[in-house]
Amino acid sequence: MSLLEIDHLSKRFGGVVAVDDCSLSVPAGSITGLIGPNGSGKTTIFNLVTGFIARDQGGIRFKSQSIAGLGPDRVFDRGIGRTFQLARIFPRLTALENLLVPVRRSGLRALFSRAAWGNEKARAMEMLEFLEIAHVAGALGGSLSYGQRKLLELGAVMMSEPELVLLDEPAGGVNPALLERIADRLTRLNARGTTFLIVEHNMGFVMKLCSEVIVVHRGRQIANGNPEAVRTDPAVLDAYLGA
Amino acid sequence: MRLRDKRFLAGLALLLIFIIALVFPAIAPDSSTTNMGVFTLMYVGLATAWNIMGGYTGYISLGHAGFFGFGSYALGLLLAKLGIQGGYTPFLFVPLAGILTALLAVVVGWFALRTRAATFVIVTIAFMFILQLLAENLVGLTGGGAGLGFPSPPWRGAFYNIPFYYAMLVLALLGLGVSWWIRRSKFGLGLLAIRDDEDKALAVGVPAGAFKLTAFVVSAALVGMIGGVYGYYVTFIYPQFVVDPLIGISMVLMVFLGGLGTLGGPVLGALILEPAQLWLAYQYGASRLYLVFYASVFLLVILLMPRGIIPSVRDLLARWRARAGGSNGAPGAMREPPAAAQEGAAP
Amino acid sequence: MTLVLEAAVLGILTGGVYALMASGLTLIFGVMRIINVGHGALVVLGAYLSFVLWRNLNIDPFLSLVVTMPVMFVLGVILQIVFVRPLKTDREALSVLVTYALALGIEGLLGYIFTSNYVQITAWYDTASFPIGSFRITYVYIYGFLLCLAILGAIFLMLYRTTFGGAIRATMLNRTAAQLVGIDVDRVSAITFGIGMATAAAGGVVFGITNTFNPGSHYDLISRLLTIIVLGGLGSLRGAIIAALVMLVATDITAVVISPVWASFVFFVILVAVLLVRPQGLFGATVRDRL
Repeated sequence: MSLLEIDHLSKRFGGVVAVDDCSLSVPAGSITGLIGPNGSGKTTIFNLVTGFIARDQGGIRFKSQSIAGLGPDRVFDRGIGRTFQLARIFPRLTALENLLVPVRRSGLRALFSRAAWGNEKARAMEMLEFLEIAHVAGALGGSLSYGQRKLLELGAVMMSEPELVLLDEPAGGVNPALLERIADRLTRLNARGTTFLIVEHNMGFVMKLCSEVIVVHRGRQIANGNPEAVRTDPAVLDAYLGA
Repeated sequence: MRLRDKRFLAGLALLLIFIIALVFPAIAPDSSTTNMGVFTLMYVGLATAWNIMGGYTGYISLGHAGFFGFGSYALGLLLAKLGIQGGYTPFLFVPLAGILTALLAVVVGWFALRTRAATFVIVTIAFMFILQLLAENLVGLTGGGAGLGFPSPPWRGAFYNIPFYYAMLVLALLGLGVSWWIRRSKFGLGLLAIRDDEDKALAVGVPAGAFKLTAFVVSAALVGMIGGVYGYYVTFIYPQFVVDPLIGISMVLMVFLGGLGTLGGPVLGALILEPAQLWLAYQYGASRLYLVFYASVFLLVILLMPRGIIPSVRDLLARWRARAGGSNGAPGAMREPPAAAQEGAAP
Repeated sequence: MTLVLEAAVLGILTGGVYALMASGLTLIFGVMRIINVGHGALVVLGAYLSFVLWRNLNIDPFLSLVVTMPVMFVLGVILQIVFVRPLKTDREALSVLVTYALALGIEGLLGYIFTSNYVQITAWYDTASFPIGSFRITYVYIYGFLLCLAILGAIFLMLYRTTFGGAIRATMLNRTAAQLVGIDVDRVSAITFGIGMATAAAGGVVFGITNTFNPGSHYDLISRLLTIIVLGGLGSLRGAIIAALVMLVATDITAVVISPVWASFVFFVILVAVLLVRPQGLFGATVRDRL
């Protein structure tokens, strides 16, 4: 079953066609990799799906419902979370507070109910422990190391229990040990039911983690399948080496 | 000093301040001091209210004087149209002035919040000038340059200041209460998140538009109510004195002085600046030099303590604590989990 | 009908002055990302400087610019270095407060020296006019307009034909990137502020000749200037000029057709109308920041 379906999506910026009649789908329950040479439109696709930029044309369907045209907060509310290429957290809030910010409409009860609020704080501490950064719960986001921020960012997104999470280069700027940890967390979260779509350049990471890989080039999909098949696909090799 | 002890001390200090505020008119040496108290409390309320928008969301409104003036005129016109006499009754209509101001703020806010930071500031300034123009030119409604009168209260002499003092105290406490509740709520966290990184806040589902508008409206309503009481206090209001950019900028400066986004910052800033302002006006008001002094103080404060007193002091204390030994994890910017993440913490 | 035409022409001529004043303001925003709320006061300061030179030394106001523009330029550089550069955090907000404080200080000082009496600079050719069709245009408005054209032209030339102008544009587009390619953004900022002040001096002269003014005149002025640069799009020079012309023509026509009282009102109405449709102004960059 496809959780996310992108249908003939197009977006241009002035003279640059970033996404060119692109169609792809993400199977529910998978960890899918989205790879391609630089400038192939991967981050733009993320921005289109999450409502940060408006599409020129095409459809975006999540759980069979169209989400095209919704703003980022509404998209999050539907169940899609995302992280950014350069990890973004709230620098003037503590790590714990960072995890308490995410809002899912049904969770607005926490606005008025003290019990719900207390519940959320407990869950936030659990999340910090799961990510092994509970010891910096009271530290300001701005004082955390980059690796801690990456984990925190992931944690914040997971707080609302999204069905689909878009990860933009989770391995970027991360040392191998931390990478292991991240990979491990992702696997566990996936086992609990979250689907991941990961943009990544670190092929080892992608090949190890992903059950499915989609390759985009010049704004459109050129290949998809399991990692092995994609790795040996001539079109893919051509794109990476020829482009 | 343990957290328990610190909170106890802070609570005690607050209680003390509250008691002093409560009995101030009784212990004040003369009515001009009580008058100073009225204006100081007025600014405590204004600064606290402004902080709800400017401090928590980071959207700086320089047009709040417009809401102040609107609240004034709203109350004045209500009282005039309904034929209310002077006394305690007019105070009952203050919340109504607040509601009317809130409605205005919904319209202004919906429009102004479509823009980001820098443009927002300018739009609020424009709003204030529009309101001033309207007040001056809708002569049939507001009396224009001739001003608008409020019913005259029957109180005489030294007693005159007292009801107004307590009215301002009530509004200041209301503002502080609302500000405190917001600070430790999820709504407040959302506002702070918007301040730090609005796009990221949206990305984690914070309904930024709705949240910002709510903060704006709450802030404006409080300011409007205070404006209403002010109008009643001075009995006669004129467009340029009640929609006065200096009032608007003073409340902003007080918040910056005390500490943007903190609960006690606006209070501290008002307690320091308003008496100083009144004193300066008294000493030098006749000559224009009053403005030069004020501007100089202003500049010094901003250049020397850009983050305001409370955050600067907090940082200083944190550094002392860190140096005095005891590393409890992350160095540098570590601090106790703040109000929002703790039940019943002191502000 | 001719009244409307006359108003339109007048609007264009005064629009040029406002365009000049607004250009400095929008440049300052573009380069330093600060809103110089004191710009109105600086214009008034320039007006008073020329006023003094004219009243005490009988120097022709336009000629006085030879002195006042460099003086204001240097003053601008100094002000930027002392008051604006130290601001690190919360730049946009604090700069508003700082420049407002400067405005207040200037207002206070001018008030102390000149009192709050209204004054006006007059030139011998001030009432001389020439006819166009059925109405007359006073020379001084033409001179003012030509001056503005000249200075604006010089600014454009500088921006697009000189290396320094390139440095300014680079800093406006992306401060960090500009630093990375070796541009001294601090110096660029200081000099831009100086340029802004110089344009204020020039604008001040024309403003001072065509209006009566006193130290408090800066409020009305800055509210109009800010409205103009927002309408034009913060940071866009082109936008500021077009917006100034549009605003002034509209205001002057309204003054004639409806009443002078509502003319000021029209100013803000146009702002509201445009922002409803385009929150970023006519030529501004779109609202979203980084992704």
